[in-house]
Amino acid sequence: MFEILKEVLDPEVPAISVVDLGIVRGAEVDGTRVTVRVTPTYSGCPATQVIEREIAQALERHGFTEVIVKTVFSPPWTSDWINPEAREKLRAYGIAPPGKAENGLQLVSLGGPTKTVPCPYCGSSDTSRESEFGSTACKSIHVCHACRQPFEHFKAI
Amino acid sequence: MSGLFEYLLRLGDDRLILGQRNAEWCGHGPILEEDIAIANIALDQIGQAQLFLTLAGQVEGAGRDADALAYWRGETEFRNLQLVELPRGDFAFTMVRQFLFSAWSHFLLEGVAKSAHQDLAGIAAKAGKENRYHLRHASSWVVRLGGGTDESHRRAQSALDELWPWTVEFFGEDDTDRAAVAAGHAPSPAGLKAPWNAMVAEVLGQATLTVPTTPGRMVSGRQGRHTEYLGHLLAEMQIVARSHPGATW
Repeated sequence: MFEILKEVLDPEVPAISVVDLGIVRGAEVDGTRVTVRVTPTYSGCPATQVIEREIAQALERHGFTEVIVKTVFSPPWTSDWINPEAREKLRAYGIAPPGKAENGLQLVSLGGPTKTVPCPYCGSSDTSRESEFGSTACKSIHVCHACRQPFEHFKAI
Repeated sequence: MSGLFEYLLRLGDDRLILGQRNAEWCGHGPILEEDIAIANIALDQIGQAQLFLTLAGQVEGAGRDADALAYWRGETEFRNLQLVELPRGDFAFTMVRQFLFSAWSHFLLEGVAKSAHQDLAGIAAKAGKENRYHLRHASSWVVRLGGGTDESHRRAQSALDELWPWTVEFFGEDDTDRAAVAAGHAPSPAGLKAPWNAMVAEVLGQATLTVPTTPGRMVSGRQGRHTEYLGHLLAEMQIVARSHPGATW
């Protein structure tokens, strides 16, 4: 069951699967019928509907006749659910993996210390954040001063 | 009409309308990174609205989904605060409003995340996480604009002075609020005022901006009474859905 879902890749970060991402919260199999519980990453993630469709299609390809994809909200998704192998896959793909999620409130971020994200290309810690918002809701934009490479970081949330 | 349905419309509509306003910046941001940032914030807010309105539709039980509630209600059926429907103004106005709203949302969502209604609590907890970086982004801009040039300071103070009277609606309380509080779904609106005031004063202090002392307006977006601006916003937001009912792609 989970082996099948490992074939379903995140459409926006096709280096990792929906299982790697930690959004598949459980499944109940009843003969050829299956209910899969999925939780969204970000509220506005436009990939959510595509993911639900692809999960259903993958299971139908493997002989399930009835697939119900149920959205659950509690507990809310955290990037801490991304497994260690997937973190390495992200890094190899050129996206710096998330550190531990810290959900304490930080107000103004000017001038204060920001956590350094190691460059996924050369490993240097001499990097800085260009923007907390990137090409998708889950990523921020950084630049490496050692190898001069701009890169994306999968945000810790 | 169910009290929880009504309360969920408020949570959804605030984020839908502010998200729509913020999305107007897409392609018009002062710099590329900021253009992307505001569009990202708008996307989060519209996504949060979709979750709250989907739940509202389920609670109502009349077969309406988030799209039906967003596109097929008229102006007087919207329950958003008047603050969020005001035109986007200049960049300072947009950021000061986002700051005032996100600071209030921070305390509100913290309370709603403790609801015994599991889906509502989960959606609020998720929205709360997103709101924390909206708040960080907006508060950073308020400090940057306030402490920047004479012109940026003037614009930030002017935006603050204009927005301030509308913030009274954050803390208004009617039967719907009292029912949501009694059912354990929401924190008391009046109880959010002190922590909000403290947070706002802290950031405005850093921004060298003056906290206005003007009294609040009599505003009643929660009862479906709106400024002239909401109708224009809805016309643009709803035109495609209403021109092609039931269309899919």
